Amino acid sequence: MAVCIAVIAKENYPLFIRSVPVQNELKFHYTVHTSLDVVEEKISAVGKAMADQRELYLGLLYPTEDYKVYGYVTNSKVKFVIVVDSSNTSLRDNEIRSMFRKLHNSFTDVMCNPFYNPGDTIQSKAFDSIVSAMMVQAS
Amino acid sequence: MEPQEEKPIIYTMENKPIVTCAGDQALFTSLYTPLAQQLPREPMEWRRSYGRAPRTIHLEANFVQFKEELLPKEGNKALLTFPFLHIYWTDCCDIKVYKASVRDNMMRWQGNLRLHGSADWVIVVVETSDAKKKNKTNILPRSSLVDKIRNDFCNKQNDRCVVLSDPLKDSSRSQESWSAFLLKLRTLLLMSFTQNLGRFEEDMRTLREKRNQPGWSFCDYFMVQEELAFVFEMLQQCEDALVQYDELDALFTQYVLNFGAGDGANWLGSFCSPVKRWTGLLLRRPIDMEKRDGIQSGQASLLELRSYLFCRQCTLLIFLQRPWEVTQRALELLHNCVQELCLLEVSMLEGALDCWVFLSCLEVLHRIEGCCDQAQLEANVSHTVGLWAYATDKLKSLGYMCGLVSEKGPLSLELNRTVDLLAGLGDEKAETVHSLQSPYKKLKEALSSVEAFERHYLELSHAAVEMYRAIGRMRSAGLVGKSLAEFYMRKGDPEQAESFLQNALRSYVSEGWSLLVTHTRKQMAECQKLQGKTETYLQTSALLAGDANLTNEERIHFCQEILTFANQSTDSKAQKVTLSMSSFAQLKQLQFRPATATVHSGTALQVELCLRSLMPVAVPLEQLAASVHLNLEQGETNGKTRGPQRRPYPETVLFPLGNSSAMPPSAAGPSPELEEIQDCSPSDPRSLNSTGMVCKNTHLVMRRHDSSPSPDTPNLVSPVPVVMDDGANMLMSGDVTLLPGNNSIVFSVPSQELGTYTLRQLCATVGQVQFILPHISPLVHYEVYSQESQLTVEPLTDQLLAGLPQRAKVRLQTGHYTVKKGDALQLTNIDSMPILTSSSCPATILNSTAERVDESVLFIQSSDKVTCISLPPTPPYHTLEFQLEVLCVIPSDPVRPENQRLTNGEIRHRPRSYNLPDNHMTAINQRMSIDCPWSIYSTPISLTFYIPFKAKHSLLSAGNRKYIQVCLQNVSDVNFHLMDQRLTEKHRESSLELQSLNTKAQQLVYSKQSLYYVWDVRWKENMPLCLQCVFSASFSSASEEVSAFKPYHYAFQLERVTTLYSVRTEIMPAAGQQNCHSGSLCGLEMSITRLAEPEDDEDDRGTEKKGQTETEEVCSTKLMYKVADGSSSWVVYGRSSGLVSMPMDANANHRVQVELMPLFAGHLPFPDIEVFKYLPPSANSASQPDTDGCVENDTLSLLVRPLDDQGDTASIRSQGTVHSVGSGEQQSRVLPMPRLEPFSPGQVFNHSQGCQVLVLPSTDGHVLEINAT
Repeated sequence: MAVCIAVIAKENYPLFIRSVPVQNELKFHYTVHTSLDVVEEKISAVGKAMADQRELYLGLLYPTEDYKVYGYVTNSKVKFVIVVDSSNTSLRDNEIRSMFRKLHNSFTDVMCNPFYNPGDTIQSKAFDSIVSAMMVQAS
Repeated sequence: MEPQEEKPIIYTMENKPIVTCAGDQALFTSLYTPLAQQLPREPMEWRRSYGRAPRTIHLEANFVQFKEELLPKEGNKALLTFPFLHIYWTDCCDIKVYKASVRDNMMRWQGNLRLHGSADWVIVVVETSDAKKKNKTNILPRSSLVDKIRNDFCNKQNDRCVVLSDPLKDSSRSQESWSAFLLKLRTLLLMSFTQNLGRFEEDMRTLREKRNQPGWSFCDYFMVQEELAFVFEMLQQCEDALVQYDELDALFTQYVLNFGAGDGANWLGSFCSPVKRWTGLLLRRPIDMEKRDGIQSGQASLLELRSYLFCRQCTLLIFLQRPWEVTQRALELLHNCVQELCLLEVSMLEGALDCWVFLSCLEVLHRIEGCCDQAQLEANVSHTVGLWAYATDKLKSLGYMCGLVSEKGPLSLELNRTVDLLAGLGDEKAETVHSLQSPYKKLKEALSSVEAFERHYLELSHAAVEMYRAIGRMRSAGLVGKSLAEFYMRKGDPEQAESFLQNALRSYVSEGWSLLVTHTRKQMAECQKLQGKTETYLQTSALLAGDANLTNEERIHFCQEILTFANQSTDSKAQKVTLSMSSFAQLKQLQFRPATATVHSGTALQVELCLRSLMPVAVPLEQLAASVHLNLEQGETNGKTRGPQRRPYPETVLFPLGNSSAMPPSAAGPSPELEEIQDCSPSDPRSLNSTGMVCKNTHLVMRRHDSSPSPDTPNLVSPVPVVMDDGANMLMSGDVTLLPGNNSIVFSVPSQELGTYTLRQLCATVGQVQFILPHISPLVHYEVYSQESQLTVEPLTDQLLAGLPQRAKVRLQTGHYTVKKGDALQLTNIDSMPILTSSSCPATILNSTAERVDESVLFIQSSDKVTCISLPPTPPYHTLEFQLEVLCVIPSDPVRPENQRLTNGEIRHRPRSYNLPDNHMTAINQRMSIDCPWSIYSTPISLTFYIPFKAKHSLLSAGNRKYIQVCLQNVSDVNFHLMDQRLTEKHRESSLELQSLNTKAQQLVYSKQSLYYVWDVRWKENMPLCLQCVFSASFSSASEEVSAFKPYHYAFQLERVTTLYSVRTEIMPAAGQQNCHSGSLCGLEMSITRLAEPEDDEDDRGTEKKGQTETEEVCSTKLMYKVADGSSSWVVYGRSSGLVSMPMDANANHRVQVELMPLFAGHLPFPDIEVFKYLPPSANSASQPDTDGCVENDTLSLLVRPLDDQGDTASIRSQGTVHSVGSGEQQSRVLPMPRLEPFSPGQVFNHSQGCQVLVLPSTDGHVLEINAT
C-alpha cells in the first residue's frame, strides 16, 4: 500500500497530497516535487511519439533507497504520484496500475462536482476516503 | 585434475570448446592450421530445444591431444573442460597396417570413449595421392579401407567416418573435400552441444527442483548454472549467458523476500552473517575469482554475492553494448542491496553500507566511462546522473557521520568510526593501484580530512547539479543544491548557501508548494540571520510569522524577531527598515463614509480600512499611514457641473485575496474573459456567417508566469525594494494595535482642496520597521468638489395641464453660496402664465444627504412685471424646495394650421412638433426667466403645458337644412366636468340662428372620451358664404371637489355651406321582374336636381362660377357624375361616368340611366354617386392662376382656383384618368386639360345615401353562395 499519494495540477502545484506517517510529510513533498522532473521527461518523450493514444500510466518514475515513486498523467496533464515503500515488495505493477485507475476515477468524480472549481485544492471527502483506503494504515 | 588446469577457465571469452584428437598426431599437426582457420569461417544455425530461438553461431574449437584424463568422470559437471567431440585422425591406406596397428588403436580409443559414455566422435581418414603412389602393391582402394573402418566402428553411423582428400593441395577436389569435412565437423559439434547442454540443463533443472529440500545450497546451484552461463559465453551467446545470471539473481531475490516473509532457508544463514568487508563493486575484471571462490566455498557475504553477480552481468551487458542498462541495473542493485541487508538484518558497521554504495556508484561510472566516448556519455547523462546523485548523497551522509562537515572538525568518536570504515575497505585492488582517480582512493582521501572531504563533496555535488541542469531536471538540481546549502550552513558559510536556497525557494514559490516554501524559507531565515542581512531577514521572518504551515510557537518566534528588532532603542535618525506589507497584513476592504466617496469641500469624510493581520500576536503600530495623491486639475475643471449623484460608487471596495503564500500560482493569474462574437453577413443580418469565442485579455492570460514573477507577489525570494512616496498627502492614524485577524481602522480624510484623491500606498510603522503596501489595487478614489448654485423648476405631476392651476416644484441647490436674509428670486411675469401663489408659501430646507433640516415660509410679492420671492437664509450645500402654483391660459384660437379644411368630416391633420405622438395632446411651452441673487445672469426656466381637449367640427346636411356638429375630445388623463357649451357666431352680423340640440346639464367627460354637440343652423336670408363660429365650454377637473370652471374656446370657420345639388338614385330590376337578381342586369336611374341658384352675382371672388360656360348654351353648369362602387358588389355596364350639363335655373333636373349588375345576392347598398364640377380644358388655366384674368377672357371664362394643395391636384388628375376624357393629354402640362373639382360636402346632398336594394340569388342556381356572417 502507498505511503504517499499526490495529485498535482497541470501547472505543477499540488492539488492534493497525503502521506503516512505524518512526520515524514516534508520528505514526501520533496520526493513528489522532484518526481515531477521525471514525469515531465516521460511526458515529453512519449508526447512526441504518439500523443493521442498515450499510455496514462508512466510506470516507475525513479527508485530511491527507501521508496519507489510511480507516476500517472491524465489527458488533461494532471499528475498522480504514488509513493510506495521499497520494502513493500508484494506490490506488483498491476496493483499500482489499478490504484492509479481508482484514483483517476475518483478524481473524475471530483471534477464532475459542479461546486468544485478546477484548480482548487481537493477537499472532497469521497476522494479522501478512496485515498485513505489505498494508504498504509498508520498504526 | 590439478587446480592449475582449471585455472584457464577464468577468462571465458578466450575459451573455446574442447575437441580431442587421437590417432596420428603428426598428421593432425600438419592439418591444424587450416583447420583452425577455416572452422569458424562460416556460420551455422543452431536450432535448439524448448522452442528457444535459433542462433547463428561461428564455431571455434580448442584442439587438444586426446588423453583419458580429459574425459569427464562420473558426476563431474564441469562443462568448460568437457570435450565435446573426439576425432581420430589416420592417413592409413594400407590394409595391413590398418589391421596390424591402427585398428587396435582405434578400438582402444573407442573403448575409452564408450566407457565414459561419450558418443560424440568422428574418424577422419586423410587420403593423399602421394601415399597411393608409394605402395602400390598393398594398397586397397581407398573406398574399401573406409568401408572397412565403417564396417568395424560405425555400425549404422556412416557419417562418423569422414574422408579428407589431399588436404594440403590446392585443388578443387581438395577444397570440396575440405568443405564437406568442415560441414560435417560443425554439424557434429552442434549436435554435441545440443545433446550435452540439453543433458546438463536437465540435470540443472532437477537440482533446482530440489531447492526446497533441506541441505540444498544456493551456492552449489549457483556454480552449476554459472557453468552453463560460461558455456554460452564461450559460444559467444552472451544473451543466453545473461539469462542464466538473471535467473540466478531472481532466484536469490525471491529467497531473500521469502526470508523477509518468514520463510527462511537454511543456506541463507551464511548470507546473514555480519559483513566485514565493503570493498564495493569491482568491474574491471570479467570474473572476480576471489569472490567466486568465496561463493563456491559458501563463505561469501550477501554483498559479495551481489557484487559478483552484478560484475558478471555488467561484463555481459557491456559486451552486448548496452552500457545504459548497466547504470540502470546498478542503481536498482544498490537500492535493492540496501533493502536486502535490512531485510536479512545483517549487522554491519554504521556507514559501511554507505561506503559500499559510494564505491560501487563510482566504480560503475568509471566502468561506463571506460567503454563509451565523451559524446555518448553526454547524450546519456540521464542514465548516469542517478548514480552521481546517489554517490553524492552517500558521501554526504558519510561526511556527516564522520564529523567532516562541522566547523570544528571530527571528534575522537568520529575519528574511530572513520578508521573502522577504512579498515573494512581492505587494500586496494591491483587493477586500480596505479589509477589516480580510483573510487577507492577517492573515498579514502575524502574520509581522511575535512578539506579533502569538502573538495570531493563539492566536486560530486556540482557535477550532479550540472548534469541535472543539462537534462532539464531543474527540480532535482534544486534539491541537490539545497543539500549543498545545508552543507554550507553546517560549515558556517551562509553566503554560499543563500543562492542555492534562493534558487530552490523561487522554484517552490513559482510552483506553489507551500510546505516546501515554508521549510526552505525557514532555512533561508537562518541563513540570512547568520549573515546579518537585517532587512531580508525581517522580511523572511514576516513571511514566516504569517505562514499557516508553521506551528504557532514558530510563528510567534519569528514575529518576536521582528518586534524585538523594531523596539531596539537605536538612534531615531537611523534609516527605518522598509518591508513589504503583504506578508504582514492584507488590505481586505475599504469603505468610505459617506459611501458616495464624494463630498463638497470642507465636509468630513472618513475611510474605514479592514486590515487582516497575518501575525500570530497582536502588533502595536506606532502609526498607520495612507498616502494620498491629489489630482487638482480634474477637480477644478469639472467642479461646476459636478453633483454628488454623478457616479454610482460601490459602497465597499473589496481587495482580492491574491497574496496568500499558499495560493497556487494559477489562481494568481487572470482568468480569461471570454466573449461570444457573431459575424453576420452584411446583406442579410439574419443569416450568420460565423460565430466564435474571443478572449479579450489574451495579453494577460498568455503572459508567461514562470520567468517573471509579478512585482506584487510577496513571495519573492528577495523582496522588492518598497519605497514610500514622499511629499504626498498622508492620512495618519496613530497607536493602532493590530490583532491577529481582521482589524478595522478609520481615517479622517482632509477635504479642503478640491480634486480627485487617489489612495496610493499604505504604511504601517512598528518602531524601526515600516511595512509598506506599494500599490493599492484596484484604485480607490474619493472626490472633493465645489458646486455652483442651481435653480430648477420641475412640474409636480407628470404633465402640466393648460387651463387649470398647476403646481411646480422649485428647487434651489445652494452649492457653495450662502443664502442670506433678504435674498430673493425675481420672476418675470408672463401674461399667458400668471403665478397664482398667494403671498406666502411653505419651503423646506434639505441638507446634502437629503435630510430635512428646516422649514420656513416664503413671502411672495407680485407687481406688474415681476414676482419677487424672498428666500429664507440657507447654509451652503443645502437644498431649498417650495412649490409654485401657475396657470397656463389656453389660447383662444387654438394652435391650428391655417389651411385646415373640412373634407369628409375629418380634420386634415398636420402634425406639429409639439404634439406628443402618443396621446396627441398639444403642448405649449412657457418660458420665464428668474433673476437669482448669486448671479448677474437670469436663469431661463421652461415649463411645458398640455391642452387637455381637442375639438373637431363638421357640417351635416339634410336637403337644404344644415347642422353643425362639434366633437370635444378629452385627450388628457383626467376626468372633467363640462357645462355651458355654446356655439356662437364670431361676428354676429348675419341673420343666422344657431339652435342648440344639446342637453343643458353639466356633463362628465372621462379621460380619452369624446362628447358630441349638434346645433341646427337656420337662416332667414341668404346663407352667408363663410360661417365663422366659436365653440365655448366651461370645464373643471372632476377629481377636485371645489374648483372653478375654466373656459375653453374653439373657433372654426365653415365655407360653402349651401346645398347646390341633390342627387337621388333608384335601382330598378330588369323589365318584367320584381326583384334584382345577382348576375343579371338592372337599371340605375339617377336624378340630379339643382336646388339653389349659383350666387355668381354676389360672389366677387368667383368661387362659385366655376364650370359655367357662356358660349353656346347660356347659363349651364357642367357636372361630372361617376358611379363608384366602393364595396365591389356592382359591376357597371357601359360608362360609369359622364358629363351632365345643368341649366342655371333652380330645380333644373337631369336624369341619367346606367346599367348595373349586382354580383351578390342580399341587401346591397347603392353604389356611390360622386359629382364633380367639370372644368373644360383651358389654355390659360396653367399660366393664369389669378382668377381676375378669367373674366376678361371672352372665349372661355374658365375660372380655375388654383389649388394650394398638391395632393388635391393629383387626386383630380387621377380621376380624370378614370374618366378618360383627356386620355393622353394629361401627360403634357402644356396642353389644356379638363379638370375636375370636388364640391364641398355640404354642397351636394345625396338622398339615397345609405339605401339598400334587395338582390335575389340568380335563378339558374349554378352558383350557390352562402355568406356566413
